Amino acid sequence: MKTYTGTLNVNGESRMVTVRSADTLLYTLRRMLGLTGSKPGCLNGDCGACTVNVDGWPMKSCLMLAVEAVGKKVTTIEGLADTPIQKAFVEHFAFQCGYCTPGFIMNCHSLIEQHPDADDHTIKEWLESNICRCTSYFEIEQAVKSVLKKT
Amino acid sequence: MLSFDFDYFRPETLNEAIDLFQFLDQQGKQPMFFSGGTELITLGRINLAYTEAVIDIKDIAECKIMQVSGDQVLLGSTLSLTKIEEANLFPLLTKTASEVADHTARGKITLGGNICARIFYREAVLPFLLADSQVLLIGPNGKKIVPINEIFQGQLGLEKGEFLVQVATENRFIRAPFFSVKRRQQWDTGYPLITIVALKVNQQIRVGISGLCPFPFRSKEVEGALNNIGQSAEARVAGAIAVLPQPILDDVEGSAEYRLFVLRNLFFDLLAALDRVQV
Amino acid sequence: MEVIGKSVIRKEAVDKVTGRANFTHDFHTLPMLSGKMVISPYGHAKIVSIDTMEAWQVPGVRTILAGDRFPLTGEAIRDRPPLAVDKVRYHGEPVALVVADTPVQAKKAADLIKVKYELLQVVNSPTQAFQKGAPLVHERLGEYKKEEDSLPVPGTNIATHIKIRKGNMEKGWADSVAVVEASLSFAPSDHVAMETRCATAEIMPDGNIIIMTSSQAPFMVKRLLSDYFGIDLGKIIVHTPLVGGAYGGKAPVQLEVLAYLASKAVGGKPVKIFNTREEDIITSPCHIGLDATVKLGVNRDGKIQAAEIRYLWDGGAYSDKAIDVTRSGAVDCTGPYNIENVSCDSYCMYTNHPYASPFRGFSHAELSFAIERTMDLLAQKINMDPLVLRYINAIMPGNTTPTRVLLNKSNVGNLRKCIEKVRELIHWDEGSVKEVSDRLIRVKGVSCSWKTSTIDIDAPSGVILTFNRDGTINLMSGVVEIGTGTKTILAQILAERLKMDVDNIHVKMEVDTQTTPEHWKTVASRGTFMAGRAVLKAAEDVLDQLKEVASCVLRAPKEDLEVAGSRVFLRDDPSIGLHFKDIGHGYKYPNGNSIGGQIIGRGSYILRHLTHLNPETGAGKPGPEWTVAAYGVEIEFDRRDYTYRLVKACTVVDIGKVMNEKAALGQVMGAMSMGLAFAGRETFYFDELGRVLNPQLRTYRPLRYGENPEYLVGFVETPQLDGPYGARGVGEHGLMGMPGALGNALSIAAGVSLNNLPLIPELIWKAKEAAK
Repeated sequence: MKTYTGTLNVNGESRMVTVRSADTLLYTLRRMLGLTGSKPGCLNGDCGACTVNVDGWPMKSCLMLAVEAVGKKVTTIEGLADTPIQKAFVEHFAFQCGYCTPGFIMNCHSLIEQHPDADDHTIKEWLESNICRCTSYFEIEQAVKSVLKKT
Repeated sequence: MLSFDFDYFRPETLNEAIDLFQFLDQQGKQPMFFSGGTELITLGRINLAYTEAVIDIKDIAECKIMQVSGDQVLLGSTLSLTKIEEANLFPLLTKTASEVADHTARGKITLGGNICARIFYREAVLPFLLADSQVLLIGPNGKKIVPINEIFQGQLGLEKGEFLVQVATENRFIRAPFFSVKRRQQWDTGYPLITIVALKVNQQIRVGISGLCPFPFRSKEVEGALNNIGQSAEARVAGAIAVLPQPILDDVEGSAEYRLFVLRNLFFDLLAALDRVQV
Repeated sequence: MEVIGKSVIRKEAVDKVTGRANFTHDFHTLPMLSGKMVISPYGHAKIVSIDTMEAWQVPGVRTILAGDRFPLTGEAIRDRPPLAVDKVRYHGEPVALVVADTPVQAKKAADLIKVKYELLQVVNSPTQAFQKGAPLVHERLGEYKKEEDSLPVPGTNIATHIKIRKGNMEKGWADSVAVVEASLSFAPSDHVAMETRCATAEIMPDGNIIIMTSSQAPFMVKRLLSDYFGIDLGKIIVHTPLVGGAYGGKAPVQLEVLAYLASKAVGGKPVKIFNTREEDIITSPCHIGLDATVKLGVNRDGKIQAAEIRYLWDGGAYSDKAIDVTRSGAVDCTGPYNIENVSCDSYCMYTNHPYASPFRGFSHAELSFAIERTMDLLAQKINMDPLVLRYINAIMPGNTTPTRVLLNKSNVGNLRKCIEKVRELIHWDEGSVKEVSDRLIRVKGVSCSWKTSTIDIDAPSGVILTFNRDGTINLMSGVVEIGTGTKTILAQILAERLKMDVDNIHVKMEVDTQTTPEHWKTVASRGTFMAGRAVLKAAEDVLDQLKEVASCVLRAPKEDLEVAGSRVFLRDDPSIGLHFKDIGHGYKYPNGNSIGGQIIGRGSYILRHLTHLNPETGAGKPGPEWTVAAYGVEIEFDRRDYTYRLVKACTVVDIGKVMNEKAALGQVMGAMSMGLAFAGRETFYFDELGRVLNPQLRTYRPLRYGENPEYLVGFVETPQLDGPYGARGVGEHGLMGMPGALGNALSIAAGVSLNNLPLIPELIWKAKEAAK
């Protein structure tokens, strides 16, 4: 059907939505649910600013239809609170303008969950999915490694 | 953002998917099979793709299969590339797939989606071409199992209403020594300038290439030249370059001449890596 | 110092890591309509017709703007129609604008608008534009309104021409024993801020115009809208929340004009225009391209005697800010070297490319590539160590700049010290080439740069401080938080001056031109300098008011009072005093009598002694001070494949004073990343129709995680006496020397002179093939 009415599980809550089948998860999160932490950077799956976590894995929410997320657990940046990676980003100055930050953190968070013992190769493989235009990536590396070491 | 609307269907069986396609096609809905869907979303937003009906096949059990069965590895078409990499049942595929797009995107891009992609690199097909894999297709006339080298000529020769269900690869190819390199215009990001994949089977080198021509290919002629053991490496490489398919790409990623320069060196690297390997 | 120099956590940090930081596009209300542009698919074409009939049929369409002649816009020359009329001059130029209830409807309708074009000859480079008989981008150049110091040449594609004539060129060449000349060139590219540009507009029944925009220049939006459309300044209210990266690209005013016109066309309803990435890359202003020729002469001692320079800037289809960039490039045309005889012609050229805006470094990364490559060629020619050549020619106090400003110990940093530090950090003395294997070598290249900020000579900055009842202070400044952390540094300056805990200072992140004091534009690394001075002045104001009230209550003369730790107290007996919370909102005596009131501090600053440039010689004072820097880049180069890896990159900048260590490091390293990406990969690829072939992030590729080198950053601190605590601007400098240093390293590695950007392996291969 051209529209879908039903529930999405976002940040642990069941949220009733009516969306077009053609609406992306990103658009739905931002426009229907007011979760504007996920950012549109390219709407083309290239930049990672819209990254959320779906069933434990990072997902570019501009590359997923909202209807595809039915039955899955979606976590956005708003669903994280006081996590070690958020604190590490603050302490290590791992952002400047902050626009790519939610996507980067969601990707880092997923990495820490999936591969708590990730080595340099794995960290690079995962984190090259996001573009940060302001920083040197040095601070982001420091931040993610400080958390990986602890776990 | 897609400005066109479509009906979204999520069949649970192969037959349901096939029937739906025929039904929707008769209604003029230009139906489209969908697994990762990244091309519909990214090409659709710039008006290069259109459909009025999406048939999402990723809930179909046969399409999600990932198992070692007897002397074969079976991989379903809707497995994401990330999933395939994490399981690592086919190391050459793992290595080759891990260079496609980026890690997060590969969590959405599926095996079938990459092999059947409109963006012509389709690098995930290369390992299967080298491993003489078999593909399971389903369509209005039922299932068929076909050697991939028969049905993949630059692109998978699907008939209307058909889609890729599984790819089966024999273990002996999976364990064979391999070589897989993706060279880009610059550093580690972007489409391939050249992706070259090789496998050594029965003392013979098999080669697949993407990014050189507007289609990925495995060429018996190129393999013949490279396997000309009696000759010098220079002669073998020159022989291979002389029998490449045409046209050679000439675009913003690189000129045709430069691509040939890169390919030449990659051929030498390939020979250096696989020549001395005894199988 | 207690607070200055410390890595104080940024004031907006928690918002940014929790997704609560809001950018322009995050503000959306139900009644807000969506605007969608129709853009030109060609570089240069006559508009034959625009058919909107089908588009009007799409449900939800509220208006379609197309074919109207709105007032011409543009900062230095009014040459740009908000929507193209008669012809399109660049790929991506807005031709029509649809306003609809939802973004989907707007796009649907925009896709249905049929524009018929007739192709015109394309001007595809500034060099082509400069040739006699080149097709004209603007046939009526002589008729446009313009700023006094814009110097277009009607009948040509020259939008402005800045001349520098210093010393005696004949003498310079006569005193030279060796001369080198080089031509260098690169195409336009893009800023790629992660937040694409976005603007909303609403016209209230009382005539107030409410704009929200992701801009570095909200106050300029207000001024320009007023100028363009004859609106009372006070009726235009511009809001700018946090901005998701800017790098100069958000200094121009473009979408705000379209949003205003759109809102006006729908009876004042709120309208939002949000760039897609493709539009942000080609429709909105880009990073300028350059064709340069540089000729340098040197005497027996390696001292440069003469410099003859021609810069042809690729201003694109409209001059806008490119004219200022052209001027800025002339002002510092020689790079940071003491040269007595200089002749420079800096031309802003019209082409059929996306139009240019400032880019981090404002012409200096670009001219540095030209100068620094030529410096290396010179060093090679006279067989001198390239770092030594730079050292002995380094500009110093007592020298004059190309525009004849006499330098002193305060207005220029210490370049020689920067060079010495780079020499150590990159182990230059171990040699610039090291064999790793038969194919791989490690090679180092060096460069230098300098920059003054050629901002408007009457550019202001203001700050307001208000007290809360708990004694904490709110700080309001017109600086936009674009990522540089400037507002946190302003809080540090205030905390330092008032000797208080920086946590007790609250910073208003958003700018609202109705209530926030003006800061000219958040550009040119001027935030800390100008707003910092305004903070210090406001702090004095506050101190005076605090002491005034305390003096009355404590029955002590103001001179005997001291302020620290959020208290005013007696200098000789600190136990006798008052906390800010007791006097910040007036003091209440035990019997209820009250004196004073809320303490509101104000401070403003304006740059002094800046002048216009002499149109014939360029003489004049264009900026307040020069920051200098030296750089090194080390690469690992494959001699067979011509591929390379960035191993190390080094910047030493004379920062005056480090205000916030981690923030400063971040600024410098981030700028270096951007400079390396610009030098090594980023460019627009044009076809013969002037179309940009790579307007997406999968084909236009900024640096990704792991592609970056190891960073070596050093600071020299030569205080600038006018700067707050001696600070100099630093936001741009890490970038400026990267193209030159990378180009020099690769030219040494490949054994051919590489004079173009981006430095991709294919470029090196081509140069090697050509040299065969």
